[in-house]
Amino acid sequence: MLAKMMSYFLLGLIRVLTGSQARWHGCPPKAEQRIYFANHQSHADLVMIWAALPKELRSVTRAIAAKDYWTKTPFKQWLTSAVFNVIYVSRDRTSDEDPLEPLFDALQNGDSIILFPEGTRGFTGEPQPFKAGLYNLALKFPHVVLVPAWINNVQHVLPKGEVVPVPVLCSVTFGAPMQLGAGEERRAFLERARAAVVALRDV
Amino acid sequence: MFQMYYYLKNLSPTQQVGALFVTIFGLLLLASVGAFLLSVREHADEARADFWRKELKSLDAMLRTSWLMVLVFWIGWALGDRVALTLFAIVSFFALREFLTLSPTRLGDHRSLVLAFFVVLPAQYALVGGGYFDMFTVFIPVYVFLALPLASALANDPLRFLERSAKLQWGIMVCIYGMSHVPAILMLRFPGYEGRSAFMVFFLVAVVQVCMITQHIAAQRMRRKPIAPAISQSFNWDSWGLGVLVGSLFGALLAGITPWVPGTAFAAAFIACSAGGLGHFVMKALKRDRGIPNWGAEGQSVTGAGGLLDRVDALCFAAPVFFHTTRWYFGV
Repeated sequence: MLAKMMSYFLLGLIRVLTGSQARWHGCPPKAEQRIYFANHQSHADLVMIWAALPKELRSVTRAIAAKDYWTKTPFKQWLTSAVFNVIYVSRDRTSDEDPLEPLFDALQNGDSIILFPEGTRGFTGEPQPFKAGLYNLALKFPHVVLVPAWINNVQHVLPKGEVVPVPVLCSVTFGAPMQLGAGEERRAFLERARAAVVALRDV
Repeated sequence: MFQMYYYLKNLSPTQQVGALFVTIFGLLLLASVGAFLLSVREHADEARADFWRKELKSLDAMLRTSWLMVLVFWIGWALGDRVALTLFAIVSFFALREFLTLSPTRLGDHRSLVLAFFVVLPAQYALVGGGYFDMFTVFIPVYVFLALPLASALANDPLRFLERSAKLQWGIMVCIYGMSHVPAILMLRFPGYEGRSAFMVFFLVAVVQVCMITQHIAAQRMRRKPIAPAISQSFNWDSWGLGVLVGSLFGALLAGITPWVPGTAFAAAFIACSAGGLGHFVMKALKRDRGIPNWGAEGQSVTGAGGLLDRVDALCFAAPVFFHTTRWYFGV
């Protein structure tokens, strides 16, 4: 109940602050299993993509969050698990298990996921090089559709280290689905995926 | 015209509202039905049909704004000054959001932007609501003018500092300062005109809107040479003058709901319309500087701007001028 109200509150807030406009350029919103991957500049990114998706898709689309950061306080933990139902991944490589294991589980369950392949928030405008996770997922789940997305302007809403958000109009542009080519190399694929995201900036 | 003036003047406020309600909504309804009928008309050749479609689209947008403005006025009238004030504050908020989206700021401006949206905007409307005339007219030009650049300077980022501060200051002047002068009219107390200040707001909004629509249609019809084609393909003195004239005549027609005689109402409307028309032109220059034809051009902006600012910018320039001249001349 509280989580539901919180999610409505956040959706309302992000609409008032950013207008949260969704632009479906390469594909329509559709109930198929997808991996959305986007540039990452702000905490608001997650809520932005989430708000841009139609209501029916929101419940089956789960974002990835760093375990160390998002379970630090009870509130952060509650926000990410009860409200957003995210998938936690650990960034430190101390444990023996594959850090992508929770993602495999989610994809096997048929959930769609939202991924920020840069791994962390940047503030250069240009996305940083993508981490290998996207490639590994694409390799293991070839039937899942990969959709690039560009989140525009959100870094102005809530820059790293700031608490109070500022109202600026933002948009999320979804591009044409892409696939891992047969025998395509990891580096080449990640570069291609990054280029697909960046290309959406100017459409 | 004079019959209408005396007739309106001698009605009670409630009757005046009723009469206005019927007239304005009737006129808007007529215009909307007319636009709809034109939109379903068959055309002989494709080029002509295309021309009409474009024409109707802009007309449609203007009609929708007019509906919205009248509706806002009515809600304000029905629910009291505070609600009206809040509505205008919300319009200010969205207009400023649009303005700042297309004037990109840097990280260092974050604090000043927070101040602008969450401190300056509510404070300005609170001052208006409290009727502190001397304070709200200087609050932004004097105090905020110093405070915001200070917040930006403290962020330790000198890059394009003047440009960034100027953009923010402009946005605040137009979207908050200008807009807040519309509900400020509610606070003017004309002798013998108690409880009817909402009509003055309506008067201002109506004459400016009539002027802008006339100017728009005249510019399309007369096809005069634009004065500054690099800034606006349509702005020329003839259509501007015609817009101001029609707006002012409409103001004289509305004199019955103001505390003035038709001549005074004509003059007041003339001032508001001139300022509004010229302000709209200035905003066009700002838009050109950003490389966009409209704040919310369809398919062109990645920002999702709804074009609210396109519709209210004339009012933002007209309101302060109208307010100050009125207050100064009549000493209210």
